[in-house]
Amino acid sequence: MSTTMAARTGLDATIAVTLGPLDLHVSLQVRSGDVVALLGPNGAGKTTLVRALAGLQTIDAGRVELDGVVLDDAGPGPVVHVRAEQRSVGVLFQDRLLFPHLSALDNVAFGPRARGVPRRRADAEARRWLDRVGLADHSSARPGELSGGQQQRVALARALVTEPAMLLLDEPLAALDASTRASVRRDLRGHLGEFEGVTLLVTHDPLDALALADRVVVVEHGRVTQQGSVAEVASHPRTPYVAELFGLNLLPGVGRGTDVVLDAGEPGATPSVVAVGERVEGPVFVLIRAASIQLHRHEPESSARNRFRLHVVGFDLLGEHVRVRLGGELDLVAEVTPAAVAELGLAEGAPVWASVKATDVVVTTR
Amino acid sequence: MRASSSPEPLPRASGAREPRAPRTPLPVLAAAGVAVAFFALPLVGLLVRTSWSTLVEDITRPESLEALRLSIVCSLGATALSVLFGLPLAWVLARVPFRGRSVARGLVLLPLVLPPVVGGVALLSAFSRRGLVGEHLWDWLGVQLTFTTAGAILAETFVALPFFVLTVEAGLRSMDRRYEEAALSLGASPVVVFRRVTLPLVAPTVLAGAVLAWARALGEFGATITFAGNIVGRTQTLPLAVYLQLEQHPDTAVALSLVLMFVSLAVVVALRDRWLGGSR
Repeated sequence: MSTTMAARTGLDATIAVTLGPLDLHVSLQVRSGDVVALLGPNGAGKTTLVRALAGLQTIDAGRVELDGVVLDDAGPGPVVHVRAEQRSVGVLFQDRLLFPHLSALDNVAFGPRARGVPRRRADAEARRWLDRVGLADHSSARPGELSGGQQQRVALARALVTEPAMLLLDEPLAALDASTRASVRRDLRGHLGEFEGVTLLVTHDPLDALALADRVVVVEHGRVTQQGSVAEVASHPRTPYVAELFGLNLLPGVGRGTDVVLDAGEPGATPSVVAVGERVEGPVFVLIRAASIQLHRHEPESSARNRFRLHVVGFDLLGEHVRVRLGGELDLVAEVTPAAVAELGLAEGAPVWASVKATDVVVTTR
Repeated sequence: MRASSSPEPLPRASGAREPRAPRTPLPVLAAAGVAVAFFALPLVGLLVRTSWSTLVEDITRPESLEALRLSIVCSLGATALSVLFGLPLAWVLARVPFRGRSVARGLVLLPLVLPPVVGGVALLSAFSRRGLVGEHLWDWLGVQLTFTTAGAILAETFVALPFFVLTVEAGLRSMDRRYEEAALSLGASPVVVFRRVTLPLVAPTVLAGAVLAWARALGEFGATITFAGNIVGRTQTLPLAVYLQLEQHPDTAVALSLVLMFVSLAVVVALRDRWLGGSR
């Protein structure tokens, strides 16, 4: 395929899009060869951002530059909009969107052929890529005859065969079952490692980010709320969403000796106090890992200094664990085994005691 | 998150069991039975009335064969024109937002409800040698549409085109457009996207629309006889032949009617999944 002579300077984008209730305003810089995970809750604007970068959604304001080429410029000055089919951007769509009427080979060869590569050469390139993703034997299969994981690999080959300057992956693992996920994630890691362009990975699963990305950008309500290395963001969450995402409870409060008085949820409510394992003063964040919270049916007689009488708000299944959302004098998320849920007889609305050792509480300044 | 969806041209009735309804009142059953009989009896009558011993002879009479040939030529011609112009029109109606789109769709719908004879009169006023456009066709090009096979094709297209356009427009609307976006992102120009993605995905709908249009063209009577006249070998198609033979050779008329009925039956059977899905 065409080797771009332009320097691989990466992506420099500022994008503003208003679309119904969504007000997206995001700045992104990604170097070539880097993988950036775009994390955020549903409706945060991640997919719209991907569509804008792919040229499928016009931007209301901002500028997008990829490897020194201006793809979008909403002004001031002359307006630029390079159409989707003229961008060097590969997209792996959420539902893969393999063409159902074409074989795996024809799906992968579609990009090169659409760009004018003669059929024989396009087929040869497609075959090479199917081989790379381990599907050489399935080249004549229709998408409907392939498993979810196989479809995902065909879609990846289809997106990469044109050697784009940027690869956009929209929830690449969301549609897969748990066992397939792990192997596809591993494969994806290998392919992304070899890819020299910019990679943007949209996901709402922190595991994907941990496994695949160098850097995390968190988007909430159309804004970037936090960014940095995965380790940084995981250990210093700045928003409740990020904290919960990484299995952490993030509680703002004010340090008073070895206690933190939490900011009251509602005005007038008695503030909760969390005992911590160190001396703190001033405004802080209290971080409690969901896994370090213990649940009891009756008031525990353990040595844990922090005991809260709460009730169950809901459950989230998370692989082999269950996240139990708790409410009451404060909102907490605890992570326990399904066996513990059964043993404690937990159900929505059920009263429950939560305990945390002071030494398991981490405090960071805010 | 959006659920993955395969291209499904038209919603079909599912095979799911309907909730148990209360017992059907007898008068409703009786009226429904009368309605079914109303449809079934004429068909039975046709079969009974058919002179089976002379059937082959009736159908192979020169006038019959000529009408049959002409019907096939005209209906296929009308179908071809419907696809040729209907596909772009359906695409524009489904995809291009423009002022007056509802007016355009109304115009397409009109021949569906217009009495065919009125359609024929309207066609005359536009395409006859003294018509709005026909006048110039005659003066400048020496082309006459009235009383010609081309005119019969034109009249049949007028009534068949809406069936094709409406069917295909619905298919284009219900197709998952994200496949087209995927193709764009792979570098395909809009033309390539249409040819290699859109068209294959709506192909079943296009085929169904073409079959419908063809069946409608085949049975066309009013507009054809009004606009193109009734000239043996030139504009006298099967329905016209049936009507005229009814006086002189009633057996032939019935035999030809039988032919048309079986064609219609074949169309219903061919499209049964689309129309009768889940009603077994």
